[in-house]
Amino acid sequence: MYGTGLAKGLLLTLRHFVDSYIDDIRYGFRKYSHSVDNFGVRQGTQTKGVITVQYPDEKVAVPERFRFVPFLIIEDEDHPTRAGKDWCTSCGICAKVCPPQCIWIVRGNDPVTGRPVPEPEAFFIDIDICMNCGYCAEYCPFDAIKMDHDYELASYDRTTHHIHDKDRLSKPNSYWRSIAPTRAYEEMLSRGTWEHKDAAKEARRGQTSSRPSAPRPAAQAAPAPAQPAAQATPAPAASAGGATPWSEDDAKREERRRKALERKARRAAKRGG
Amino acid sequence: MPTAAPAAPLTNTSIEGAIDHLKASYPDAISADDREGYGGIIVDSAQLLDIARVIRDELGFDYLSSATAVDYLGAGDHMEMVYHAYRSSGGGTLVFKAQTDRDNAEIPSLVSVWRGADFQEREAWDLYGIRFPGHPNLKRILMWEGFHGHPMRKDWREAYYEEELKPFDSRWPGGHVHRAEEKNVFGKNVSYPREIDLSRLMDTSETAVYQSLGLGVDVERVMDKDGFETNELVVNMGPHHPSTHGVFRMVLTVDGETVTSLEPVMGYLHRNHEKIGERNTYLHNIPFTDRLDYISSMGNNHGYVLAVEQLLSLGRRYNEPTYRCEALRVMMVELSRIVNHLWAIGFWLNDIGAFFTPVLYFIQERERILDFFEAVAGSRMMCNYMRFGGLFADLPERLKSVSNLTNDRVRDYNTMQFLTEMVSERIPRTIDELEQLLTQNEILIERSVGVGVLSAEDAINYSAAGPLLRGSGVPYDIRRADPYSIYEELDFDVAVEDAGDMYARYRVRVKELRESVRILRQILPRLEATKGQSIWADGKPGAYAPRVPLGEAYGRVENGKGELGYYIVSAGGRSGTANPWRYHVRAPSFINLTPMGIMSKGYKVADIVGILGSIDIVLGETDR
Amino acid sequence: MDLNLQELNATEFPVPAELESNIAITSLSQLYNWGRRNSMWPMLFGLACCAIEMIATASSRFDFSRFGFEVMRATPRQADLMIVSGTVTKKMVVPIVRLYNQMPEPKYVLAMGACASGGGPFKEGYNVVSGMDKYLPVDVYVPGCPPTPQALLYGMIALQRKIDGQSIANGDDVPWYGAGSAEPTPVPVLGPDIIDPRQMDMIRRQAERAAQEMTALGTRELPAAMQLAPAKTAASTAAPAEAAPANGNALAYELPTGGTPWTEAEDIREKRRLRALARKALRASRRASAEEE
Repeated sequence: MYGTGLAKGLLLTLRHFVDSYIDDIRYGFRKYSHSVDNFGVRQGTQTKGVITVQYPDEKVAVPERFRFVPFLIIEDEDHPTRAGKDWCTSCGICAKVCPPQCIWIVRGNDPVTGRPVPEPEAFFIDIDICMNCGYCAEYCPFDAIKMDHDYELASYDRTTHHIHDKDRLSKPNSYWRSIAPTRAYEEMLSRGTWEHKDAAKEARRGQTSSRPSAPRPAAQAAPAPAQPAAQATPAPAASAGGATPWSEDDAKREERRRKALERKARRAAKRGG
Repeated sequence: MPTAAPAAPLTNTSIEGAIDHLKASYPDAISADDREGYGGIIVDSAQLLDIARVIRDELGFDYLSSATAVDYLGAGDHMEMVYHAYRSSGGGTLVFKAQTDRDNAEIPSLVSVWRGADFQEREAWDLYGIRFPGHPNLKRILMWEGFHGHPMRKDWREAYYEEELKPFDSRWPGGHVHRAEEKNVFGKNVSYPREIDLSRLMDTSETAVYQSLGLGVDVERVMDKDGFETNELVVNMGPHHPSTHGVFRMVLTVDGETVTSLEPVMGYLHRNHEKIGERNTYLHNIPFTDRLDYISSMGNNHGYVLAVEQLLSLGRRYNEPTYRCEALRVMMVELSRIVNHLWAIGFWLNDIGAFFTPVLYFIQERERILDFFEAVAGSRMMCNYMRFGGLFADLPERLKSVSNLTNDRVRDYNTMQFLTEMVSERIPRTIDELEQLLTQNEILIERSVGVGVLSAEDAINYSAAGPLLRGSGVPYDIRRADPYSIYEELDFDVAVEDAGDMYARYRVRVKELRESVRILRQILPRLEATKGQSIWADGKPGAYAPRVPLGEAYGRVENGKGELGYYIVSAGGRSGTANPWRYHVRAPSFINLTPMGIMSKGYKVADIVGILGSIDIVLGETDR
Repeated sequence: MDLNLQELNATEFPVPAELESNIAITSLSQLYNWGRRNSMWPMLFGLACCAIEMIATASSRFDFSRFGFEVMRATPRQADLMIVSGTVTKKMVVPIVRLYNQMPEPKYVLAMGACASGGGPFKEGYNVVSGMDKYLPVDVYVPGCPPTPQALLYGMIALQRKIDGQSIANGDDVPWYGAGSAEPTPVPVLGPDIIDPRQMDMIRRQAERAAQEMTALGTRELPAAMQLAPAKTAASTAAPAEAAPANGNALAYELPTGGTPWTEAEDIREKRRLRALARKALRASRRASAEEE
């Protein structure tokens, strides 16, 4: 009969309309709940249709692999030997693999000898050119440049805000570990340490001379930090890069740090004696 | 039957057989392309037209897929047109080339043989300055009329030119930042020829558009017929028009409500993809391909890595991608095909009057798929997921996020569960809803049946591809006709409809959605079975500057919009770099517009946007 | 929706204590801004990849109608906000400027994504305009390639905040209430390359210089103060430290000193800013003197 197709379609829109209220009833007051159970389900595959994200009041947290503009990793402020030091060695690979060539690096030179030193003197990223492709992070051999998750960057003036310099780009290692715990963990495994490669090298050098059988830090940092309980905690202060959310891991790091200090002391004693 | 016998089998010969036949018929005009890594034949351009007719009529290569120019500056100093033709019944590609001088570049037009060469030859004229005698409408297509120079020539430099090849030396180790604007007097991306004459400056691009339509009032006709005046009216649509799917423009002449001619005008999003692509390294180009057809970036990645892998396989140190890698690629491509078709159908409905309700229903599903892309590849749209011989990363164990900004709400799903629910429930449900909403809808049927008809012969002759070709009754799908990746072992049908109208294209898309789901259902167990297998053949990611051997390659995939091909010429040792010498994109959105003119003729103005919507273009790919 | 009584009462006018929670005193500006910021209709105007994310932002999941960006209008005559969503090409900038001129005031421009802000990854291309602000005044820049829907929403909220800070007494904030009719932005011309009529004089001068074989048209030697990026030579890797500027960071941000500003738009903006500052200072001094009295 003419019109049945039309009626069927209208029925569907009616069903969508009713469904939206059913969803309202289903989630009701839990709408603004923080928990994965509510938000995750509402924004997941099990809900019917799609439910509006009330943006400034609730934001869809971006997944770990999300990439926006890059940032540079520096060592945490509380690191015993390398506090605040760049992970970047200014090897220039990121600048080479950058498709639109938006990375500018001034390699540092030793003021006395004039020879290159493994840290950047200046580092710029023009975010008006950056295409968020993530190559710099992917091909960095030192895990020193990462893609940030902070997408709230709108500004009123691009001449002063859109070339990120080293100060603006630098964020502590703990920040990276807080926004991408699983990937930071995987990188740690391949690197063999939570710290920068160089720190590990220094540590190993110390070990082989004193106690070759000492376990490598990798072995100690056992369980994957990917515990849902940890992520469900409310957001830590955003870009300040404060403390990491997992205290268990902190303890381990503390332990390692203590051991490193002990080793250092032993070495010094050895040299002295 | 002494002499007529070979006619039938000739259309079935292998590529080699066809080449042999051509060589036998035209011994003087044809030579094999024996440059290292090259294939196909080089045809004397004086006899190109005759030979092209033979290729089409006697050998049965009725479909000219791609025609593109290459500038061999410093490597023979000639221009070359490269044609890729194949049979609509399936099989490999016949590559033939014609060469000409750089200074006075001229190659006979093949539009009289394959109408599909129309826009591609205009593009070659626009960007390379090769003239095509015999072309009915040879004028610039991407740039405007009056633009200075032919920008794709190797010796043409843009205003912000910095260096011939990337990576630029100024970035490291002495990378003191500056903006390109600072180096230009005008602070803009402009440079003017020395002989610029400002006193007679005028915008000739508009007049050129209208001139080609043969406009101007024909006084005799107007005053004719008992003083009853009818005028043909020119209607300009775009580049800012709500239904042109971006910055596309059409200039129509209408007689009353009926369209008498239509001229597509494009280039409003021509962002120099190929010029930049030839400066980029091979790796740099992958994220740029994302921005071609930005609805289905995974498919773009796939075509490009296939082309480069073809080149790499000529070298010694090359490993085939692993099975898991191929399965993941196919899965991603099929998901993006679903996104593409949902988007295409939704916006086509917008065009024919179902304003936004269907779109909003369909892109709900898109949001879920994009969430998945974001969690796996890192970005919702610009996935940049595939690498030469591998992928960016394997599937994560869980799709989860971490709270970072204030008010961030966290999600955490099991990847395989998410995928399974998507493939077995959500996407099929959406397709069912789509069909329930539309397929039998009387208004839709009346609007779309018998409108925008493209016959099978025209579809082939005009090089239409994808749903546009299959909607005209040609069962040509590269996944079946010339299989790549693991499509050969997957079980799916080629969607085809015979009517050739808007409704048939819609039906093809719906069928393809279902076929995609069918493919995905086969992929998921394969992913489970290959769990733990590396996505890289040798277990570790590929180098960022792969050594690409000398040669040419044409990689093509069946993307949502049609045949997406990448023609790549590697300079290999010639320049000693990791940059392609020629990087050309055979863009389905671009070439599918070639039959737009004949498809719209005789229909009403209100149908035009619908016809355009049923072709399904994306301007990033049309204009590149 | 956002009328906060506490906020509205924070004016310099004395309010009797007994009335404090009963009346709302607001300046006309605030009321006006409130109305304007909550009825900002964007133009249905997509350019490139970002347009897709803009549509996603408009659709049900992110839904910018919640902020009064109610509905996208296809005609510029009904739009208040132009979201430049994607790569601006030279061929397209001509219609864009024309569209902008057709929008009724008050009108705002939001540059969405890297391309519209500063050229983006395609900046080097011969047909690409390196930033919408080369031709139109841009109010908010949203970086990202493309910005996610949430990033765009953040940018739109930023625009609303900007409007909140405006004052109708200030002719620089709201030039459309000034005397006389507004000057339309000159539409660029497609010649041998795109020609901005505002730069016609400069082009002419450069053409004359080029005719005398002085410099190539369109490029120039930078003045000494601007030699930020010394050409890389074989020696430069081992160059002494002082060859590099001591503080590379600062250099990135400084516009050339002493020279003319790069574009007229920037010039105008700078002048506006200075005028706004002057006015503010004037107001402050008036207020101070009033208090003294």
